Amino acid sequence: MQNLVNYIYIISAALFVLSLKWLNHPASARRGVFAGEIGMLLAVAGAFIKAYPIHNLEWIIAAIAIGTVVGIPIALIMPMTAVPQRTALSHACGALAAALVGTAEFYQKQPTAGQDLSGFVMVALMLETLLGFLTFTGSLMAMGKLQEVLPQRPITYKNQNAVNFVLFMIALGLAIRLVMVPTDTWIFPIFAGLSLVFGVLLIIPIGGADMPTVIAILNSYAGLSACAMGFVLGNNLLVVAGALDGSSGLILSIIMCKAMNRSFTNVLFGAFGQIQTSTAKTEQRNVRSASPEEAASILESASSVIIVPGYGLAVAQAQHKIRELYDNLMRRGVSVKFAIHPVAGRMPGHMNVLLAEADIPYDKLVEMDEINGEFPQCDVALVIGANDVTNPKARTDKGSPIYGMPILDVDKAHTVMVIKRSMNPGFAGIDNDLYYMDKTLMLFGDAKGFVAEIVKELPARVAA
Amino acid sequence: MTFDLSTGLFVFVLATFIGLEVIRKVSPLLHTPLMSLTNAISAISVVGAILITSKEDATTLSKVLGFIAITAVVTNIVSGFLITDRMVKMFKKREAKK
Repeated sequence: MQNLVNYIYIISAALFVLSLKWLNHPASARRGVFAGEIGMLLAVAGAFIKAYPIHNLEWIIAAIAIGTVVGIPIALIMPMTAVPQRTALSHACGALAAALVGTAEFYQKQPTAGQDLSGFVMVALMLETLLGFLTFTGSLMAMGKLQEVLPQRPITYKNQNAVNFVLFMIALGLAIRLVMVPTDTWIFPIFAGLSLVFGVLLIIPIGGADMPTVIAILNSYAGLSACAMGFVLGNNLLVVAGALDGSSGLILSIIMCKAMNRSFTNVLFGAFGQIQTSTAKTEQRNVRSASPEEAASILESASSVIIVPGYGLAVAQAQHKIRELYDNLMRRGVSVKFAIHPVAGRMPGHMNVLLAEADIPYDKLVEMDEINGEFPQCDVALVIGANDVTNPKARTDKGSPIYGMPILDVDKAHTVMVIKRSMNPGFAGIDNDLYYMDKTLMLFGDAKGFVAEIVKELPARVAA
Repeated sequence: MTFDLSTGLFVFVLATFIGLEVIRKVSPLLHTPLMSLTNAISAISVVGAILITSKEDATTLSKVLGFIAITAVVTNIVSGFLITDRMVKMFKKREAKK
């Protein structure tokens, strides 16, 4: 019977790997999701067989039922703009589960600590609960920031990093003590509490613009806590699945950091976006603004247009209006592409999902490195709700906080139009030189409303 | 199958390398679905949660903790896979519709 379970686990692990492999391309992605589902079903079946004869079945069934009932509406109703929040929430749920299982393990095995909680099992258990609890509160904080319940700007106080470091050392000390003397049960709640507090402290100094990286790191932590659970339970399937999740989070956070030209430590401890607000106050400079009619006539006479979407598009829910604009221009024979910066939006790939939701074909969504060569030949670059990722200062101004960050070369297009609510600087608080160029037209207004106006101005007739 | 630290680490290291290789090839188009899919997969901790809750000598504490844990991860499994499918369904080629 135990052998059967092991074989089931092997198949399940293989399906998880295939699932991620098939996700490499939109054409096979659905197959990938399906493989993952089968893998998970097998894993649950394996767990039931292994646990046979099952006690407390009513508890398990009830929990599964509640989880299913809660999960289905979340998946089906959640608007695509809210996907970052949902992802943060599910990191929190997964991490909480790992932490609670770790806690239950500890108290269950603690009476026979001598044999069951020795050496590496105890180390893994500590790691599982530490990562689990801190990812739980950390993800809740990230979710609060994404949902804008919590302030987006970094929350900082004096000696923040020192305080965090001391707290972490205390938690580490307690963990080591527990590893050596697992019978000291009174330490455990303190350790768990510190982990929870640490998760909060870790995330509050990180600004809203860094959320793509933070979500990716939390993803990694949640995976690693599942992995540690695998070591505690002696279960290879958990180790494999956790490692896959951990490496995915790691890769995504590296991509995000590279796209902002910043290091991990800088994102985590740099409290980006609050120092610069003071330097943003420069002298008043002139900008040219334009009306929807003017914008429409410029777009009408263009032969190639590149649209640069950013987080403002998600906030304004403008993706469907942009689709109308896209359709209208395409019917006129205007070439329209979308330039996607890796950190556009609030999580990796956020813009792609929003535009795909609006039925924009994915071959029109072009990555930064591929499209940057096309800006000099492009008639109009239309920036919608993006800011820092278009700032030419990142290329030229060594003193700028974003110097060295790879940007979209929007300033090289013949004409630049920027839809923006006001001249307020973005999250990083940095003034954008792009807005003051002679070829730049500022279109002031809400992204959704303004795009709708442009579409209205474009005559409905289709060029023959 | 016996499990000790060295086999565990062995599996962990190999799985990490496979993960890094496979995930590096995922198109940036699909990074959001990737994250929700790996999130659903990491809900594999459901196995641990079921095992701990179903023990014959499970205390009330472990039953309650296990119950919360199973609820949380099953929510993740169900919503994670469904929303990933909803997302990848939206990615269409130009000629795919009409």
